[in-house]
Amino acid sequence: MDPIALKAEFPILHQDINGHPLVYLDNAATTQKPRSVIEAVKRYYEWDNANVHRGVHTLGSRATDAYEGAREKVARFLNAPASRQIIFTRGTTTALNIVASGYARQTLREGDEIVITPMEHHSNLIPWQQAAKATGATLKYIPLQPDGTITLEDVEATVTERTKIVAITYVSNVLGTINPIAKIAEIAHRKGAIIVVDGAQSTPHLKVDVQALDIDFYALSGHKMCGPTGIGALYGKAQLLERMEPVEFGGEMIDFVELYDSTWKELPWKFEGGTPMIAGAVGLGAAIDFLEQIGLHNIDQHEKKLTRYAMERLSDIEGLTIYGPREERAGLVTFNLGDVHPHDVATVLDTEGIAVRAGHHCCQPLMRWLQVSATARASFYLYNTEQDVDRLAESLVKTKEFFGYESIR
Amino acid sequence: MSQLDDLYRRVIMDHYKTPRNRGELDNESVTVNLNNPTCGDRISLQLQLEEGIVRNVKFTGEGCSISMSSASMMTEAIMGKPAEEALEMADKFSAMMKGETVEFEGYEDVEALSGVNKFPARIKCATLAWNALRKGVEHGKGKHEGIEQ
Repeated sequence: MDPIALKAEFPILHQDINGHPLVYLDNAATTQKPRSVIEAVKRYYEWDNANVHRGVHTLGSRATDAYEGAREKVARFLNAPASRQIIFTRGTTTALNIVASGYARQTLREGDEIVITPMEHHSNLIPWQQAAKATGATLKYIPLQPDGTITLEDVEATVTERTKIVAITYVSNVLGTINPIAKIAEIAHRKGAIIVVDGAQSTPHLKVDVQALDIDFYALSGHKMCGPTGIGALYGKAQLLERMEPVEFGGEMIDFVELYDSTWKELPWKFEGGTPMIAGAVGLGAAIDFLEQIGLHNIDQHEKKLTRYAMERLSDIEGLTIYGPREERAGLVTFNLGDVHPHDVATVLDTEGIAVRAGHHCCQPLMRWLQVSATARASFYLYNTEQDVDRLAESLVKTKEFFGYESIR
Repeated sequence: MSQLDDLYRRVIMDHYKTPRNRGELDNESVTVNLNNPTCGDRISLQLQLEEGIVRNVKFTGEGCSISMSSASMMTEAIMGKPAEEALEMADKFSAMMKGETVEFEGYEDVEALSGVNKFPARIKCATLAWNALRKGVEHGKGKHEGIEQ
């Protein structure tokens, strides 16, 4: 795959920022959108827009076909057994909240356990904190190793017969850790728990097969995989989704409404109250087409190569600390540059046209574990090149010099 | 990097590397804890207010050079001043962050932060300490109950 040719498909990447060509390295926060996705959304609004599932008219049918077609694409993309097991959501956060509200709160009892890790994004942490508080269940953490990974021995030790839910991210948005989901799923199931996987950082970069991994619930965000913001999905095993109550009530999700009682539509619509984000789903479908054309395996290989290169280049900078595992990591590098605060690093890089993230990355407990208040993060995607990494490394050297007073007048 | 030089003037780096009035007060004081949830900057500001005068002020916290140098400058600027004057300075600082030209007579260091208004993402870093001051003075006047979080 040719990242330079791919970059041509992303209009936003061809601009100068503060007098320098943009180098976009904040892909773990959100990725940019290729022309095909932007066009798909535009075409939908210009030709097919109508509300779904109720129009007798032609546009209503077209909009419904487009929306349900996107659902089928998501199902195929994840190798879900059926598209009715894909629920469109606002993103990963909403998807995980549906599981926490619709499943955890309904099934957990006092004394039950929810097991998570300290590397979770707040979106896969706070819903479980709240569910534990509401039900009297106990929230437990699988400890982290010094390199930011977890061991299967610790998973075995933390997950007990009382554990009902294991919720874990596939890929850490800070450490780049790739968790052994299939093996964790096997342990969880053996002990009678279900596994909920935060796929926000894995879906854009790795080939995910929810059946091969034997995942019970899987959440993803469209905007981190070339799709629009405001659309994501929840995959769930059919028997689990079927026994869950809806968490939002209103239009679109009902079967029969009486004055004092109502019944729900079948899966997946019982979870999609209100007019859904139809254009977003259409855009997500186009993003999946785009990614599949390139091939997830190629994207994964490209990012791994680029990350190895970045690790080498950045390791050469004296005083720069890289967090997370050395080997086997996802396409991002989280770091601190001596005692220069990451906000200051990010501001200097921005003046050089380089976009990185600085802060706690929605992982405050993990920041405390790392014993830092914040970090800077460069995260890669299919359009990034070694030249981008070179620009980052050169600007970091300048940043260091600058904060060493050397270049101040 | 001249835009950067404007932002990170020597005076800012000086306050960042050797902050003034960093520490905690022993005597009775108003404590304000403020943080910036989007980025994790934190400040704990302690004010000793006597008869409407800022008798002593100290801060602890963690954050970027802009937030911590601003806190250091703010404490120096308001030390010994009437609380009302300190509030006026806070307003002046907000105006400066909107790009208005203002002068801090007798304490010009603060003007070094005027360049921050060209970096919208960093304005909240610069104003953190001044917001803590506002809350602290209001608390001192009895407008706030307990310790601000």
